[in-house]
Amino acid sequence: MEADLAQTLMLSRIQFAANISFHILFPTITIALAWLLFYFKVRSNISSHPVWMRVYRFWVKIFALTFALGVVSGITMSFQFGTNWPGYMETVGNIAGPLLGYEVLTAFFMEATFLGVMLFGIHRVPNWVHTLATFLVAIGTTLSAFWILALNSWMHTPDGFEMIDGVAMPLDWLAIIFNPSMPYRLAHMLIASGLTASFLVAGISAYRIFKGDVKHAPRVALKTSMTVAALLIPVQIVVGDMHGLNTFEHQPQKVAAMEAVWDTEHGAPLLLFAWPDEEDRENHFEIGIPNMASLILTHQTDGEIPGLNEFEGMHPPVKPVFFGFRVMVGMGILMLLVSWTTFWHLASHRTDPPRWLQRVLIGMTFSGWIATLAGWYVTEIGRQPWLVTGVLTTDQAVTTVPGSQVGLSLTMYLLLYAGLLFAYIQTLFYMARKSVKVEEYEMSTDFNYLNTHHTKETNA
Amino acid sequence: MIPGDWLPYIFLFLMGLAVLVYAVLDGYDLGVGVLLPLDNETQRDGMIASIGPFWDANETWLVLAVGILLIAFPEAHSLVLRELYLPAAILMLGLILRGVSFDFRAKAVTGHRRFWDYAFKAGSIISAATQGYMLGRYVLGFDDSPTAYGFAALSAVCVTAAFAYIGGAWLVMKTEGELQVRAARWSRYCGWLAAIGLAAISIVNPLLSPAVAERWFTLPAVILLVPIPLMCLVLIVVADQYLRQVPTRGDVGCWLPFAATAFLFVLSFFGLAYSFFPEVVPGRITATDAASAEASLRFIGVGVAIVLPLILAYTVYAYRVFWGKSTTLRYH
Repeated sequence: MEADLAQTLMLSRIQFAANISFHILFPTITIALAWLLFYFKVRSNISSHPVWMRVYRFWVKIFALTFALGVVSGITMSFQFGTNWPGYMETVGNIAGPLLGYEVLTAFFMEATFLGVMLFGIHRVPNWVHTLATFLVAIGTTLSAFWILALNSWMHTPDGFEMIDGVAMPLDWLAIIFNPSMPYRLAHMLIASGLTASFLVAGISAYRIFKGDVKHAPRVALKTSMTVAALLIPVQIVVGDMHGLNTFEHQPQKVAAMEAVWDTEHGAPLLLFAWPDEEDRENHFEIGIPNMASLILTHQTDGEIPGLNEFEGMHPPVKPVFFGFRVMVGMGILMLLVSWTTFWHLASHRTDPPRWLQRVLIGMTFSGWIATLAGWYVTEIGRQPWLVTGVLTTDQAVTTVPGSQVGLSLTMYLLLYAGLLFAYIQTLFYMARKSVKVEEYEMSTDFNYLNTHHTKETNA
Repeated sequence: MIPGDWLPYIFLFLMGLAVLVYAVLDGYDLGVGVLLPLDNETQRDGMIASIGPFWDANETWLVLAVGILLIAFPEAHSLVLRELYLPAAILMLGLILRGVSFDFRAKAVTGHRRFWDYAFKAGSIISAATQGYMLGRYVLGFDDSPTAYGFAALSAVCVTAAFAYIGGAWLVMKTEGELQVRAARWSRYCGWLAAIGLAAISIVNPLLSPAVAERWFTLPAVILLVPIPLMCLVLIVVADQYLRQVPTRGDVGCWLPFAATAFLFVLSFFGLAYSFFPEVVPGRITATDAASAEASLRFIGVGVAIVLPLILAYTVYAYRVFWGKSTTLRYH
């Protein structure tokens, strides 16, 4: 029985991680892509140049596909709490429930309904209504992120509640929603979405140019997206740093794992590389910059960083947090270099980026996914063994469903997700290749939104 | 100020409303998927175009229903989903498959379109059948006897047929020409299958649970309740008579079968609700026992009171925008 429970716990954790990792890929794109589409639509409204509408039409199709994947993988999430983590809702349901409820009420219906108008209604409603629908979809996706990050942040830094008979009771909803880590986490995630969408738009546009597309639309999209990325990345570095300081204050054990600090140190080095050894509780092959970690976290060269040994038995596993953090930061630096180089090239030369840079951009199409997932692994694995910091541990919340059933559902999900991810990426590049050959007439894409006359389209 | 002890009932009512709206709305678009013909690509395009602008929002009612169960009755939510662990996972598989196929079929490599059409149909059938199965298990309070599993299987067939019934009726309203005639025929057959299923469930359910039998077959309730099955029968016959005559001259009353089937859904739902109120899980747990903290219900209640009318308003707006035959969707 003990062994079975341990198995159920492990499999449930993997299943939740798989589901939410798969899900987050798509909202991370759509949150910011919705705003880019709104920008394209507004530009199209104020200028007479048809290129803005063409950019809009190409990206709205990719938006629709991405959004659909986000919606269906999100439905799975709403079932997960009950199927695998009943202890979660039984303990903190009074807090988590209303926050999730507000997400459904204020965001889901709005985005889903106006998406219909946005995709299919362009000639059925006045232009301003269509622009409004695009705007409301963008608002909806952002509101959705707001509520989910409020709840997620509350799990990291719970506030505004009291425990009565082992159940969390709300005291102050504003304190619950705007809990200490919420503003930082929300800002960090929204900017991450901006970067993910920008690099996706840039990568696909560069791919079109690379494949010989001579049209104006991919160039406009490339320039817009790289301008956005070049502006966002420095902001993200500052916000990320603030988020780290906030974590240092509220969850020092997570920061200790991120920096692999075992014993409390004064003047801890910033480790560029190390191999944390959880058996011997020390690092091998350390390469670091002396005193730098203390300087970043405490703004003093000899500042104190509490070590993992202060949290014996109640700190997260070190390796995934430590390496996840380095992958995220590494990706961020790469994004900075690439976006600034591209922006500088486009601004000074006013020609297409050179072939090598096009290749780099194509290679970075999904770099936002890697950075975002790595960042989420740092923060969520870094929360362990707590599910809700100081309130509920992960193993207390898991279901009593037999491990074999969880194993079966997990296998099913993994196979499905692998297939869908493959199809999604393949379809994006296929759509890009197709658009190289097809001149986007004003009517053709609209006429063919459902691609019901694909033969005509290739002739056009 | 609403008294605290009303809150569980208000949320039970809201959850019921969400389930009912979901059954009608996602019912028709799942039904369209169930009916998807494998022999005619043009008709498949037409059918999928007819649900294009709506399916996404329709599915959101399921999230709302499960959300209210989760928010207002967390204990019941855990109980239900623990019992239905595997069916729920299979339902997810079905809903994911159909949701993504819808978009992939329009954008994928031309040679793959057929694959996504199959996936769309398979996903729709899996979703409809699992929902019926889950409903059947739920109604008997997750009883473990072979009879209960048989009942769940019957319910799976019946719900799939009912969704295809309303899906066909939707197509009669939204399409024209050959597809409309074909849809009318599908809808009729599925209608009779659903009617047989509905009758079987109405007979078997009180036989299996004495509490339900007592609610229905005691005086004076029985007299007040007799009109319900009678009205169901009238609706089925009226829809059948109309569907027989499609295409009608000038397409007069093409909305009639859809209205009739939707009303039939409402009546069937009322029958179920009457059988079990105020229990959240039949025979296991009541609304008051399962309810969340009053402060939480109040907080979310404020949101519901403000937002639900808005949701209804823009849902109506969206349906008005796409009013009329869906084939015009592509030509405008």
